[in-house]
Amino acid sequence: MLVLREPMRVALALITSMTSLGAVYGLMGVHFIAAFQVLIYVGAVMVFMVYVLMLLEVKEAPGSRRFSRYVLPGVIGGALLVAALGAGMLRGPASAGLLPGEGDQAFNLVEFSSTFLTQYWFVFELTTVFLVGAIVAALAVVNVSRRRQG
Amino acid sequence: MMESSQFLLAVAGGLFVIGLLGVVIRRNALVMLMCMELMLNGVNLSLVTFSQQRADAAGAVMVFLTFVVATAEVALAIPIVLLLVKHARSLDIDRFSELKG
Repeated sequence: MLVLREPMRVALALITSMTSLGAVYGLMGVHFIAAFQVLIYVGAVMVFMVYVLMLLEVKEAPGSRRFSRYVLPGVIGGALLVAALGAGMLRGPASAGLLPGEGDQAFNLVEFSSTFLTQYWFVFELTTVFLVGAIVAALAVVNVSRRRQG
Repeated sequence: MMESSQFLLAVAGGLFVIGLLGVVIRRNALVMLMCMELMLNGVNLSLVTFSQQRADAAGAVMVFLTFVVATAEVALAIPIVLLLVKHARSLDIDRFSELKG
């Protein structure tokens, strides 16, 4: 994804990685998150993205550069981040050894649903406020584009 | 031999780093958006792993909220990118530098 020139190939790579992540979730035993991963990310977000890619079809000049001028500091910073993460991982305590999706530790949909609707209902309601804000912002964007056209 | 939860966490960190690098070093606005999605995917994987490791539903709830945020982000970012492309006839992020206040 970092070096591919065509945006459509980047989109295909991203779809592949998201589908594989869905398979990983399925193997971990969280089947409904796997379903939502495929439905929302691949089915909605990436279809939207591919649609916009086909709609725009902006041809960049052939000699245009792929990378911004931050490529060197970016790669150095990325290497530092990887080093920090790896060091933290190697130095961390040997974890408690609960393998994902093992025995009765496996994910329980009933427990999840009851927790979701009793303990976290307020957060869930807050997302509706957030979504209303997003809709208002999208309408504002549409308004701006209308005004620009005349 | 690595423990499997540790391996999943390493994968999550790798996805996040690749996404972050993509946002920093690429010039195409849509590619940057897709790299942001990859970062969100990495965070989701780590949340699910911790939620499974601790047998706690809080992580899965958080993943749900991340789904909502990611969808809203794309639904807002795409019209803005469309406006910018109409304005500058290009997806190159450097062409938009006149926007800075």
